[in-house]
Amino acid sequence: MLETIWFLLWGVLWAVYFALDGFDLGMGMLKPFLARDEYEKRVIYNAAGPFWDGNEVWLIAAGGVTFAAFPLAYAAMFSGLYTALMLLLFALIVRGVSFEFRSKVDSPGWKAIWDGCQVVGSFLPALLLGVAFANIFQGLPLDQNQVMHGGLLDLLNPYGLAGGVLFVLLFLSHGALWLSIKAEGDLRERAASTAAKLWPVLAAVIVVFLVYTWFATKLFTNYLTNPVLFLILLVPVGGLVMIRVWLAARRFWAAWGASAVMIIGVTLFAVVGLFPAILPSSLNPAWSLTATDAGIKASSSPLTLAIMLGVALVFVPIVIGYQFWVYKTFSSPVTREDLEY
Amino acid sequence: MDAILLSRLQFAAATMFHFIFVPLTLGLSVLIAGMETAYVRTGKELYLRMAKFWGKLFLINFVLGVVTGITLEFQFGTNWSRYSAYVGDIFGSLLAIEATAAFFLESTFIGVWVFGWKKLSPKAHATVAWLVAGAGNLSAVWILIANGFMQNPLGYVIRNGRAELNDFMAVVLNPFAWQQFAHTILGAFCVAGFFVLGISAWHLARKSHEEFFNASLRIGAGVALVASILVAVQGHFHGNEVARIQPVKLAAMESHWETRANAPMYLLQIPGENGNVLEALPVPSLLSILAYNDPDAVVKGLNDVPAADRPPVVITFWAFRAMVGIGTIMPLIALFAWIKRRDIAKHPWFLKLLPWAIPLPYLGLQAGWVVAEVGRQPWIVHGLMRTSDAVSPIAGGQVGFSLAAIIVLYTLLGAAGFFLAGRAVKQGPDAAH
Repeated sequence: MLETIWFLLWGVLWAVYFALDGFDLGMGMLKPFLARDEYEKRVIYNAAGPFWDGNEVWLIAAGGVTFAAFPLAYAAMFSGLYTALMLLLFALIVRGVSFEFRSKVDSPGWKAIWDGCQVVGSFLPALLLGVAFANIFQGLPLDQNQVMHGGLLDLLNPYGLAGGVLFVLLFLSHGALWLSIKAEGDLRERAASTAAKLWPVLAAVIVVFLVYTWFATKLFTNYLTNPVLFLILLVPVGGLVMIRVWLAARRFWAAWGASAVMIIGVTLFAVVGLFPAILPSSLNPAWSLTATDAGIKASSSPLTLAIMLGVALVFVPIVIGYQFWVYKTFSSPVTREDLEY
Repeated sequence: MDAILLSRLQFAAATMFHFIFVPLTLGLSVLIAGMETAYVRTGKELYLRMAKFWGKLFLINFVLGVVTGITLEFQFGTNWSRYSAYVGDIFGSLLAIEATAAFFLESTFIGVWVFGWKKLSPKAHATVAWLVAGAGNLSAVWILIANGFMQNPLGYVIRNGRAELNDFMAVVLNPFAWQQFAHTILGAFCVAGFFVLGISAWHLARKSHEEFFNASLRIGAGVALVASILVAVQGHFHGNEVARIQPVKLAAMESHWETRANAPMYLLQIPGENGNVLEALPVPSLLSILAYNDPDAVVKGLNDVPAADRPPVVITFWAFRAMVGIGTIMPLIALFAWIKRRDIAKHPWFLKLLPWAIPLPYLGLQAGWVVAEVGRQPWIVHGLMRTSDAVSPIAGGQVGFSLAAIIVLYTLLGAAGFFLAGRAVKQGPDAAH
């Protein structure tokens, strides 16, 4: 029971991470295409300003919870995806620094360096997270000793790359919607029209990815066993539809919220499909790392899971509470007076 | 080269670089919060300008600390997967608690601190500063409890082929961890104190912004003095704990080879990996006294430890000497600065010296962690798991690539950060962005 709760919490943490950091990663990728001058560039940086650091901690928390609740899976996942993870880390490092350093020196060369870091540092994580998770969905070549075979290039298989494309698009759309909230004037119009143009592409890619998932993974097995679970699909599909509706009505907050719900829905759909495996083995289902006894049990002891559940039940709502307050406090569009970055 | 050595080098490089920034974050965040509170209480604009000037330097430092910290959490999995699988039940949960209970708070409110000057009242902004400072120091508690488990594993049972938690409070109340926490935090306040002291002195030597930097210097001198005295005193008790729990580390720190009572310390000593190269001018019983507060205490020597269970002696010995040497100089400098704090302008030589004292506590902390971590070898978890058994089953080439990338990337970022901090210092308070 504890294992199942933690499996779901694990999925929720990743889902929230994607829904929050997704928009600032998306804006980082959109910046070279949307900003026409230095002021607009700064608006994009400052639109992520008060939020990006707190958003990124959801990744730390998701990683930490993988370590705490499923240490065997953490060990196999992080060592097996070594090069991909290192690239992800380097990207997040230069990206984080670019926020803080860019505006400190008024020189075009200096700013160009950090602008480059911001773009690459936003694109790579989006792509790599998508590639990594798609590979997890279809199973990784894990042997009976939880050692993964193959390297970075093996991850770049067609389904893995499809996952990468999906994540990049999800985050691009999410970022464009956020910028529609936080920018004013021309920049807002460009952001909103970008979101509108991305929508059919995103919808098509989601459908293609779902169909591809049917053939490339075993994610649908749980759904075919318990067809009532298919109702979960209503969440991402509903989110996707509502983005379009609210975007047309220029209700940007609602559209962004629908996008967040869609991202969470897509993630939960996959996580429920994975259950009870955290890392399915493509070599032999018995070698999958699972939350329960179905494969190689990756969970922590019941005592650790119980204590961690207590910690999560106390602190996660508190975190959500104060992060909500931060979003509310800095909800208004970025103006010239607000530029700190 | 093999994955073990490369992974160790990588962890050392990543941790030591991360720990250039962390101590200043821990100490200076508290000072800045104090400045903001002083502004709220007195309404004096000076304190607000102080919070903003030191805050600007703080932020350059903070972001480098944050981004390099992410690498560390992930490295346990990427490079030390066998370790993670073996002790993750305990160690992983401590890292997860750190993220949930502390790091979230710090990272969320640092954004509010930066962007909230106009949106929040001074009082609310000061509260945010305290939240950031408190959360950072709370992070240190959990990280050092995690490290404390590696130094002095408690509260576990070996079950299902791994270390499983059986007493959470024993893990959390690990006395060794709390000694390490106290030592690290006091060291961090030394860093913050000498940082403020040195930069203030640099400006005062140039007679720029004298009111501002005289006031800052007084704060720096007070903090440096209290912290450097406390870190030395507390360090003695931490040493006693090391002697009790990790006698082999203690022997390596002193390059002490023969197990004996009334163990001396040598004023002139050159250590070697198989015995001292030189030992002269013994002070009778001093090692026994320092380690156990008892001249007759028996101090275990390295000759009684199998060679495979000994840490590298030369590194541990010299790192310990560097730490203690710095720990001795710091209170003297801080004391002089504090005594002369009201007429420091009369001692221009001292104002010129103080900026050069900024690196001292940094070096002391790095040396101290070398003692703690190199001195713990060959164990990754003291007495429970060897470092050589902990490494991931990965190819050395991958690690070589990431190690090289980390060194290049961190060097560039460090240089950029140093350049920006230097610029901000020279521009002084009240400079535009």
